[in-house]
Amino acid sequence: MAAVVTAPAPAASRSLDWIRRNPTIVIGSAILGLFVAVALMAPWIAGDPLSFDPLNRLKRPSKEFWFGTDQFGRDVFSRVVYGTRISLIVGVSVALIATVTGLLVGVLCGYYRRIDDLVMRVMDGLMAIPAILLAIALITLMKASLLIVIIAISIPEIPRVVRLVRSVVLSVRGLPYVEAAVASGTRSRIIMTRHILPSTVAPLVVQSTYVCASAVLIEAGLSFLGAGTPPEIPSWGNVISLGRAFFQISPWIIFFPGLMLAIAVLAINLVGDGLRDALDPRIARRM
Amino acid sequence: MTAYIVRRLLATIPVMVVVALFVFLLLHLTPGDPAAVIAGDDASPAEVEGIRRKLGLDLAIWQQFLIYAGNLLRGDLGTSIFSNLPVLTLVKQRLEPSLVLAVSTLVIAIALAVPMGVLAAWKARSWIDRVVMGFSVLGFAVPVFLIGYLLIYVFAIELRWLPVQGYRPLAQGIEQTARSILLPAIALSMVYMALIARMTRASMLEVLSEDYIRTAHSKGVATVVVLLRHALKNAAIPIVTVIGIGLTLLISGVVITETVFNIPGLGRLTVDAILKRDYPIIQGLIILFAGAKVLVNLLIDISYVFFDPRIRY
Repeated sequence: MAAVVTAPAPAASRSLDWIRRNPTIVIGSAILGLFVAVALMAPWIAGDPLSFDPLNRLKRPSKEFWFGTDQFGRDVFSRVVYGTRISLIVGVSVALIATVTGLLVGVLCGYYRRIDDLVMRVMDGLMAIPAILLAIALITLMKASLLIVIIAISIPEIPRVVRLVRSVVLSVRGLPYVEAAVASGTRSRIIMTRHILPSTVAPLVVQSTYVCASAVLIEAGLSFLGAGTPPEIPSWGNVISLGRAFFQISPWIIFFPGLMLAIAVLAINLVGDGLRDALDPRIARRM
Repeated sequence: MTAYIVRRLLATIPVMVVVALFVFLLLHLTPGDPAAVIAGDDASPAEVEGIRRKLGLDLAIWQQFLIYAGNLLRGDLGTSIFSNLPVLTLVKQRLEPSLVLAVSTLVIAIALAVPMGVLAAWKARSWIDRVVMGFSVLGFAVPVFLIGYLLIYVFAIELRWLPVQGYRPLAQGIEQTARSILLPAIALSMVYMALIARMTRASMLEVLSEDYIRTAHSKGVATVVVLLRHALKNAAIPIVTVIGIGLTLLISGVVITETVFNIPGLGRLTVDAILKRDYPIIQGLIILFAGAKVLVNLLIDISYVFFDPRIRY
């Protein structure tokens, strides 16, 4: 691949070429961009997601109510639009919290071998607990709020990031350029930030997209079980949870938010898969 | 071999200690007053005090820990705050449906996903490969409750082939049980199938490019035999490993699937405990599920010997 040196192509055709080579990133980002736009412009797109309308209970999808209405006559479309905000906030926050914490712990573990054993035992223990149950345990003990949900979902994601970062640090640590830096008396802080951290960036970026996708799914799952975002907030999981009792007569209350959830997670995963293939030159383009 | 198993068994102890410590500390390090949160907003101070005593929060932390650790070692997972029944008794009452669901899911997932992955790798870059990969990308994205409700809608409400919800215990005849568990097991197996099919394909692709596969082909061994005996057996270790990793997915999935299909198993126990904030039940379930996962991973580690006789411990 690197053997052929071509003349630098004009910028426009080069970016076109990049799009052709990374279709999944482009498609995924485009869909995600749409979700972000919907979340930002929610008040202009949708009506009030909370107002009751007893005359219009359990209405089928129609021109007036695109996604139908729920048992309180609330517009499911408006609730789904506002739910986009919750899912995106949870996905992005969890990805950030888990990645940053995992990076910190992972680098320290990989670099200082003395704390490594203890910390990795703790991580093994945390990983043995199913994520949803760990989050449920936290939520049972605290008053429900969006922040608690975000923290509860972040904790089980951290060990996976720690393991990833640690393995990268361990493999880089033995390389000659790091040994050279150690030998020439560079301070640990400099070695870590300037010599080791850069190689964790690519795998971390990929991992954080998967964390984000899993967080969106877990938030919906928790809310569906009644252990998530407080029920008065219209999140996709909450909308689905409320639709359970009326599923047989009004399946639209569940289908539309469920569909949006699937599309959002699919888009995030597409970006992740694309980034993985683009950032890791060792993986041949098989598809 | 025995020494290896003993060593692996010993290695599970620190994991379970961390799990037990974690759920204990969670109760104590959580900011705010867990007794007040569990009692709810309308509780009187006396009720809060009662719950505090039941959780043992009125004792010094080291006393509580000794009692908790002692109970665990004797196999006592604690007592429900609201029903006053031992958690272990509650678990036993609800175990059958969850176990049947988990095992059926596992069987369906492995029986379908492994052949899918083998086929995709054998016909790499063909339309079959694309369909399998497309399916596995979808399987990761579509949440189990959406698949579950779609299946109920099509097969139970529209076609009326299978019951809408509920569970028939094995005591009423295995056929009834199978009919009641089929849709939930299919719904739950999707994400697992995606995981296994993807790993099977990747692992098979690697093995299929080996020299001995070409040799086997060229000496006229039937394709099926090459694929299954020469390739799949050598590709098995990553596949078996991912089945173990996916077990946590399966356990989380069981809780949600049981809620969708109204199955009175451990998932229902969990949801009831969430509604009442019955922390001892959640705590007991965590220890139990973590224990199950650790145990299965141990079995998987041991199974490596079967797939690769070169592994000697």
